[in-house]
Amino acid sequence: MFGNLSDRLVETFKGLRAKGKLSAADIDATLREIRKALLEADVALEVVKTFIAAVRERALGDEVSKALNPAQQVVQIVQEELIVILGGEARRIQFAKNPPTVIMLAGLQGSGKTTLAGKLAKWLKEQGQTPMLVACDLQRPNAVNQLQVIGERVGVPVFAPEEGNGKGNPVSVAKDSIKHAKQKQFSVVIVDTAGRLGIDEELMKQANDIRKATDPDEVLFVIDSMIGQDAANVAKAFEDGVGITGVVLTKLDGDARGGAALSVAQVTGKPILFSSTGEGMDAFEPFYPDRMASRILDMGDILSLIEQAQKSFDEQEALVMAEKMAKDAFTLEDFLDQMQQLRKMGSLKSMLSMMPGAGKLKGQLDNIDEKEIDRTEAIIRAMTPKERRDPKILNGSRRLRIAKGSGMTVTDVNSLVNRFEQAAKMMKVMAKGGNPGLPGMPQGMGAMPRPQVKKDKGKKKAKSGNPAKRAAEISGIQPPKQGNSGSSFGLGG
Amino acid sequence: MFWRKKDKAAEQVVEEVIVQESEVIDTVVETPAIEPVAVTQDLVAVELPKRNLSKGFKSVFSRIKFDVENLEELEDVLIQADFGVGAAEQIVAEVKTRAKKSGARSEAELKTILTELLTEKMTRADSSLNLDSGKQPYVILVVGVNGAGKTTTIGKLANYLVEGGAKVTLGAADTFRAAAVEQLETWAQRSNSDIVKPVTEGQDPAAVAFEAVEKAVANGSDVLIIDTAGRLQNKQGLMDELGKIRRVIEKNLPISEVLLVLDSTTGQNAMTQAKAFTEVASVTGIALTKLDGSAKGGIVYAIQDQLNIPVKLVGVGEGINDFGFFDAKEFATGLVGEN
Repeated sequence: MFGNLSDRLVETFKGLRAKGKLSAADIDATLREIRKALLEADVALEVVKTFIAAVRERALGDEVSKALNPAQQVVQIVQEELIVILGGEARRIQFAKNPPTVIMLAGLQGSGKTTLAGKLAKWLKEQGQTPMLVACDLQRPNAVNQLQVIGERVGVPVFAPEEGNGKGNPVSVAKDSIKHAKQKQFSVVIVDTAGRLGIDEELMKQANDIRKATDPDEVLFVIDSMIGQDAANVAKAFEDGVGITGVVLTKLDGDARGGAALSVAQVTGKPILFSSTGEGMDAFEPFYPDRMASRILDMGDILSLIEQAQKSFDEQEALVMAEKMAKDAFTLEDFLDQMQQLRKMGSLKSMLSMMPGAGKLKGQLDNIDEKEIDRTEAIIRAMTPKERRDPKILNGSRRLRIAKGSGMTVTDVNSLVNRFEQAAKMMKVMAKGGNPGLPGMPQGMGAMPRPQVKKDKGKKKAKSGNPAKRAAEISGIQPPKQGNSGSSFGLGG
Repeated sequence: MFWRKKDKAAEQVVEEVIVQESEVIDTVVETPAIEPVAVTQDLVAVELPKRNLSKGFKSVFSRIKFDVENLEELEDVLIQADFGVGAAEQIVAEVKTRAKKSGARSEAELKTILTELLTEKMTRADSSLNLDSGKQPYVILVVGVNGAGKTTTIGKLANYLVEGGAKVTLGAADTFRAAAVEQLETWAQRSNSDIVKPVTEGQDPAAVAFEAVEKAVANGSDVLIIDTAGRLQNKQGLMDELGKIRRVIEKNLPISEVLLVLDSTTGQNAMTQAKAFTEVASVTGIALTKLDGSAKGGIVYAIQDQLNIPVKLVGVGEGINDFGFFDAKEFATGLVGEN
């Protein structure tokens, strides 16, 4: 996310960091780079201009020249200004005092409204709400159908009295849906509308009519993070035509630099509430302007990471796991459990990309083979429960059977068993030593480094030896502050 | 215009009409014997209806003054049309050089220079659809990121080809997105095309593509258009799947076109998309969609220039007839505006 943009800025700041004092020329050169980076990231030109002007004004002022580390100060200013544009404080959905809360979705064609409707419904359901989806996109072929399928997937009822495909009146559907929701006591109504092109007055009017008919508490403008310079115009058109209360950024799991986030927030002055980061119905999270700004500056997004981890990791389970590790009772079954926990958190790559310094790791990230996890899982699943609990009984013929059962070779089975044994030993050391660094994560993943266990045995007391090596092996990921991340993975003991 | 075999084609079309009436969109494939189709010398040119885009482009230069001394504003406008910083700088420099050479000063003269420059740079010999190898059915594979407009583009293209007398089969290999198959089916009905759908939900798209090829050969189609699921280009697994679809089709038939559908509102990421899809699926042409928005699609300038992939189709609306073939002059004139 924003990887490319943050790379650019890091590159720009490298020169800055080296200098003790900044001249006006230094600042201008830096700002030129930032301008270019922002434009290449598709931030709208007018927004870039405002941004650069604001940063320059502050950078030339006293706060920089008097600062102990002027370069640091410029970075600080850039970050602060980014946060200002991205919407300052995070805002949540505003719920109506008298249910149902009505949330209307509007946006361009193909921005991902219908999929987002499903994600939003699922998320609200997890928050204890009883959402209902309303199919008001009667324009696009089979949009209604799509919403129904999605509703089924996330287990949320869909109000779809019209079949769509050009038939039916979306405004009356919207109106009826509110009555229906009141009757059936749904707490939230999510209205999916037809995509529009921004300049299409007829559809814009329809959206406006739906708005009038439903009197929504939130009108969320859904925008594709890959959009270019037009983001500003489109956002303006929707703000003027329909009136929006918030923004949702979609497809942020792509490699687009996502400058649209800046443009839209700046032009509409409306906060970005959510970001959508994948095709799964879970790939959806609240948008945090401050974190996003840090991310742009390649300062990582540790908070998001931790939150995600906490959501997926059952704390109780984690405690049990930590105990097991300490007692050397960690089995392949636990190993499998752990892997599934990690899977729940989302893809390994998206996890890693949230860590600080990971911007530089992009090349290496691409080399992580998520298939490796699948293979490891296949091998473990091909074992009997007894074998999983006690890998020591794995003799040649058992290994051959497992290899055949999982479609792998005996060598693969051997290497998994070896790695497991090493990992189990390491985890034991960690659980006792309590110096987690990046606890166990890479070890748990199959594509794990191979620490030299024998040496470790000799100097168990020297806590640093092992984690340091590990850190070197995962090449350059700076471990986040230990306390936080340790406990968030539940492996800190 | 496309080429098809002389005699057989006509008969097959007649046969097919009857078949279409008797059975409603059939997914059962009766394992036809696939023979490599020999290249026939006996090709007959089928004239397709002409397409032009009277609507669609909106000039972006109307709000600035052209002035030889001060072309920075031109650069800004080009950037705002998503040309990208690099291309914008390059174009401005070239306009300056040409203006100096010809002594152009007036706004009209400068506009003409810019229009000519863009036309020149974007005109290519290979910007028409490649439907003349004689190995029928011609296969068109349609790829792109989520929400670019693949299915809609296919619907329009199918309708256009059918109107031109071609028999078209659609392959619904987007087995991932909810209701994508139904969406394509609606377009198949609108355009009077045949459709091959997945037998089970979430079926391997390559299998659907394979069945589509078999069916298209069996029913004597002139053109087979295969829809694929939208995928973000940085998802390796999904991109590999696309490679597989391609290989499976090519076992039986050569692929005439791999069209990358690009949303013209996309910014600089379009370049990354074009690169990634070309690597995996050997893109042969670009379909630029949603040009009727206020978008300008300037990024295709850089894509044609750097990646050497021609823009072939443009989509300008939701209607079945809202598309046309890319014409560099039209594009340039549309962008710069009439004098």
